[in-house]
Amino acid sequence: MPIKICNADEAILVIKDNDCVAAHMWGFCGTPGHLFRALAASSVKNLTLYIENFLPGPEGAVDLGFPDPTMLLPRLKKIVTPFLGARVFSRSGIGTDFLGDLILSGKLETEATTHGVFQERLHAGAMGLGGFYSPVGIDTIVADGKETRLIDGRKYVFETPIRPDVGLIKAAKADKLGNLVYHGSARAANPVIAMASKVNIVEVDEIVEPGELDPELIVTPGVYVDYLVKIPDDDLSSTRNLKELAKIVVTILK
Amino acid sequence: MKQKLDELVMAMRAVQELKSGDYCNLGLGIPQMCASYIPEGVYVQSENGVIGYGPLVTVDDVDQADPGLVDAGGKFYTPAPGMSFFDMLTSFAMIRSGRLISILGGLQVSEQGDLAIHSLSDNDKYQQIGGSMDLAWGAKRLIVIMTHQSKDGKPKLVRNLTYPLTAARCVDLIITDLAVIDVTADGLVLKEIAPGWTVEEIKSMTEADLSTAADVKIMTL
Repeated sequence: MPIKICNADEAILVIKDNDCVAAHMWGFCGTPGHLFRALAASSVKNLTLYIENFLPGPEGAVDLGFPDPTMLLPRLKKIVTPFLGARVFSRSGIGTDFLGDLILSGKLETEATTHGVFQERLHAGAMGLGGFYSPVGIDTIVADGKETRLIDGRKYVFETPIRPDVGLIKAAKADKLGNLVYHGSARAANPVIAMASKVNIVEVDEIVEPGELDPELIVTPGVYVDYLVKIPDDDLSSTRNLKELAKIVVTILK
Repeated sequence: MKQKLDELVMAMRAVQELKSGDYCNLGLGIPQMCASYIPEGVYVQSENGVIGYGPLVTVDDVDQADPGLVDAGGKFYTPAPGMSFFDMLTSFAMIRSGRLISILGGLQVSEQGDLAIHSLSDNDKYQQIGGSMDLAWGAKRLIVIMTHQSKDGKPKLVRNLTYPLTAARCVDLIITDLAVIDVTADGLVLKEIAPGWTVEEIKSMTEADLSTAADVKIMTL
């Protein structure tokens, strides 16, 4: 399928009710915040979200550009994540524990995992595996209800692959063929999500002509990319705005 | 009045375990305070995909804060010569490779070196395992920094964990605000005590069996 270069609202239409969607989220580092906002504004429902950290920000941060994943809650039925960080709300005393209430009332399912298991589950999905035996999480909540097996005298737990319907990807730069380069720790879970997902929507700061990216430095080849969205320069999720936000964060957390 | 060690002093004691050429990972909380005291030639790895980064950005050089250069704790770091970036699949293969010294916090450590860190209860709505299980399982050496007792005065060095297990038989060394304790095949061994405290006092604040090393000494920095 040729790559479609379009805006976020158009690309997000590929996501249907009951789909599984995957994304990286580590503060605003490597998080596809522009696509989060488009998805939040859509009307799809009952999504399962595989997210490499679910970290709500302090009140008001979302208006400054923080990609607060709680904006996605109306779209979700389930969250699978290694780190469900809603406590920042109750700790700071801001508002009510609405995420906790959603979970307790059964309106939102959650599933605990570890970073390493989560990464390998995506990797297994990318490779078309039926699953794998992991040594991490034995006798913990991670292994609850799962098959275990002794291999060479050691206990392992069976983990299933993750094969998301749609991956939401943040990269620094793309060429028009969808070849992607990343910046710093913003690479993170983006490449493995791109490999595991059936369809990928990528947001980037800049789209260049083929040949302008050094092929030695391309991390995700364009074969994985279906939709390419350029983040508008004046957008809350643009790197220009995130740099301003970064200064504010350093000053607040000093 | 006798003082327990503060968090910064515990962090400073922990970095004495690191030597030039080591690669290490610093967990959330007190372990991240080690970042300011990392010895020359020790490289710090961060779960989201970087190793060998430079000092953290401060308010004095706020223009250096780069939204792409963020560590596992959400702090902005500066680049350093020899730094490398990688994806999280590579990062956790590295973490499980037995090549990194891991410094983690802790809620409890058992006599056998079992660690509880990620949760107070399996019924907690907010499970925050993060990388703790991977780090504890895969470390070359696992150092735990934690207070000797909980805020309500309960021992954190226990016979058996009462909090959910993070990983079994994984801890190598425990640094508390009162002592340095080795985890050995024969159980917990008291190696160093904080200035002003006695072996008996420390044992009285410890639920786990604690033997005393023949060469037990006062902790120094």
